[in-house]
Amino acid sequence: MKMSSKASILAAIKGLNMKEKPLPEIPDFVVPHDLLATYTHSLNTNKGTVVSKEELEQLITETAFPKIYSSSPTFDRFTNCQLPQHPADFADLDLAIIEGQFASAENAAIWVDESNLDLRAIPFITAHLVIVIRKENIVGNMHEAYERIGLTKSGFGVFIAGPSKTADIEQSLVIGAHGAMSLRVVIL
Amino acid sequence: MKKDVPHIGLFIPCYIDQFYPNVAIATLELLEKLGCKVTYPLNQTCCGQPMSNAGFEADSSGTTSKFIRDFAGFDYIVAPSGSCVMHVKEHSPKVDKLHKNQEHVQSNIYELSEFITDVLKVDSIKGSFPHKIGFHASCHGLRGLRLASDSELNEPKFNKTLQLMKDLEGLEVVELTRQDECCGFGGTFAVSEEAISVQMGKDRIADHLDKGVEIIVGGDMSCIMHMQGIATRDKDKVQLMHFAEILNQVIS
Amino acid sequence: MSHPENATVFLKDKARAKWHDDTLWIVRQKRDVTIHQIPEWENLRELASQIKDHTLSKLDFYLEELEKNATANGIKVHWAENAEDHNQIIGKILEEKNCKTIVKSKSILTEECHLNPFLEERGIDVVDTDLGERIIQFLKQPPSHIVMPAIHLKKSDISEIFHEKLHTEKGNLDPVYLTHAARLHLREKFLQAKVAITGVNFAIAETGEFVVCTNEGNADMGVHLADTHIACMGIEKLIPRRKDLGVFLRLLARSATGQSITNYNSHFRSPSPGKELHLILVNNGRTKQLSREKFRNSLKCIRCGACMNTCPIYRRSGGFSYGSTVPGPIGSILSPGLDLKKYSTLPFASTLCGSCTDVCPVKINIHEQLYEWRQEITKAQGASLKGLSMKLANGIFTSPLAYKISGKLMRASLKTLPDSVIYNPLNVWGKGRNLPDLPAESFKDWYKKNRNRA
Repeated sequence: MKMSSKASILAAIKGLNMKEKPLPEIPDFVVPHDLLATYTHSLNTNKGTVVSKEELEQLITETAFPKIYSSSPTFDRFTNCQLPQHPADFADLDLAIIEGQFASAENAAIWVDESNLDLRAIPFITAHLVIVIRKENIVGNMHEAYERIGLTKSGFGVFIAGPSKTADIEQSLVIGAHGAMSLRVVIL
Repeated sequence: MKKDVPHIGLFIPCYIDQFYPNVAIATLELLEKLGCKVTYPLNQTCCGQPMSNAGFEADSSGTTSKFIRDFAGFDYIVAPSGSCVMHVKEHSPKVDKLHKNQEHVQSNIYELSEFITDVLKVDSIKGSFPHKIGFHASCHGLRGLRLASDSELNEPKFNKTLQLMKDLEGLEVVELTRQDECCGFGGTFAVSEEAISVQMGKDRIADHLDKGVEIIVGGDMSCIMHMQGIATRDKDKVQLMHFAEILNQVIS
Repeated sequence: MSHPENATVFLKDKARAKWHDDTLWIVRQKRDVTIHQIPEWENLRELASQIKDHTLSKLDFYLEELEKNATANGIKVHWAENAEDHNQIIGKILEEKNCKTIVKSKSILTEECHLNPFLEERGIDVVDTDLGERIIQFLKQPPSHIVMPAIHLKKSDISEIFHEKLHTEKGNLDPVYLTHAARLHLREKFLQAKVAITGVNFAIAETGEFVVCTNEGNADMGVHLADTHIACMGIEKLIPRRKDLGVFLRLLARSATGQSITNYNSHFRSPSPGKELHLILVNNGRTKQLSREKFRNSLKCIRCGACMNTCPIYRRSGGFSYGSTVPGPIGSILSPGLDLKKYSTLPFASTLCGSCTDVCPVKINIHEQLYEWRQEITKAQGASLKGLSMKLANGIFTSPLAYKISGKLMRASLKTLPDSVIYNPLNVWGKGRNLPDLPAESFKDWYKKNRNRA
């Protein structure tokens, strides 16, 4: 009988009798002094923008975002639609406002998991995305971010660092590939 | 009691012996002017690099054994070539019966500029050389022997060859667009991938010409031979020199 | 298939070749700028290298951990010994789901396994959703770079094929316009697809999860709208702990494109309620490479493409000239392991300059492995014309007399032979370069005359 792939793969590796090499510990590295300024700079570099709570409220009032969904308590009065059963029904979602757990200053990446997403598709399918974070939850780098995550169990989590983009056409940067066409971050 | 002066074996790569004896002469004279006792073992032929890089390392034992025997009796071995020195240190086949001598040779072989800075502990050569130059950092010396910092690593900047030239009066060293891109010689690559090899050489020269360089200065005649061949064919207005020639010329 | 022949053809269009070289050099420069902003950059490379070395030394243990933990999370884990097995597993899932259209985000592994033709033969419509990949899919080309698959194409090439396939305005080269057209077109596909296939950037043994990194968001658009997510990974894509991602995510995008991080770094641990999540662990020659001590650490590769961006040969010959799924320096040390004869010119398509090794985020000694593959290839080729001439060279260099005589002859003949003989087409050196001028005497002769007391 043919050996299963699992058996043949594991047997091939075990048969090598490789001597174990040590797993290093990851040290602490110096983090930026002004986390807020560093975060803002990183986000701008990624073509995202920091906006104040007031600026966002004004933007929503002035702009025609026909379909808005907010899972952030700070802004949930703007929600004007129902959470659909199937994410495809959010294909025409114009603005989504979600909460982020913490953010890494070195690269603007914000951690969001299932506890922040009523549907996994929301931050990707929406035309425009706003993530709300708290100032005290800005950490220095990815190591600190993973320390915060620890071994928390969530079926899905994502670091979002900017609006969707591509440079596949002759290296010209275009904002808004398949995901959200903009990212605004409100830092409370 | 008389102090023992170290005895240096001068290693001159085969193509320098055949085509660029002036570089060998300059190397010898420079070392002597710096107070060294230098002998050139006349029977030396080649270090074996062309064979090894072409995939025949295993077949180069004869050449390697000869090299070890020719140079084992010296305290130091010095060559005006980063690539040949790197080959001897890292890519020569192990010759078990000459194990101790091979170890001695591999531990005491130096490229010319690193020998002057690291062993002779000379900081720089004084003199005058009022010219605008571009430095060609040959790859084996650069990323093999670490004669200078490269553009890829996040490390403090240093350059042992240019350090020796830093106090030359009137010298201007330009900043290239591509600081340390390969010239395209690469041994048998120069003929097996001729089209790319020549294009790479042309691009290097163009970078220097673009910055108004009078003399392209390098530490490996293989690179220089390749670029000189292109410059001559294309009638480019630029000279190419080995730094040994410059230092020997200016040193009093 | 010979790299030098392909390269010569590539370089015939001088302007285009220069454009290709400059374009990739810019990506290398962007990488340089970002890495110099991280004082601990070299520490990170060393850490990543050690983490991968450790993982490879216990790969069986970590694979079993991954399977155990992923399964406990509700992920269906499959093992595939080779490309055929991998394709069959996917074919079977699609059959069970009665699925005829799928979306796929970037996965070089699926390229390696030739998944698309396999599925298309079975009447399944495969839509590659990464913009670069969709472009080359329209053109029926393979990717020329593992991170920027369409880097060899100009705006005009893309405008033309989009006009044909997407009915965009003829002659409109605006990247924003073209990207938007692709967004609308692919959005339709995302909304319809019931099965989405992705690659895997990193799989974590400790937690039984895996990470997919994109800038476009196409992987997520595919999987969150579909009912079934199939993730394909080479068995070497494993890392031990979740916190190791801190190291790798800091290295990956900076090395690849000069960004501090990709826009989306999605961590998949369990399927959404009511949905399915599959993970296929693929060997396809990796255990064989693991058994080769000198080449084993090529498996540390995290597929960033930095080696391609820096390689002066890759930039001047293009990905297609290698004839392998993964081109460039890393491709040249992986591919000979798969087929030594077919890929025998690849390790020689290098000057061994070492730039690739110094940009590699996991410190693979690429240029040293290129050198080692050359030794393997000549051993395998046995006697050949080049081999004999090299053996002859060894003979000459072993005997000082033979060296002296042949040196004299060579220099003498170069002096007297007419240019037409020296510079005829058979003399490859002389195609684009002059031979060095001939000195009157060798250094040996000078030394004997001027220094030798003997």
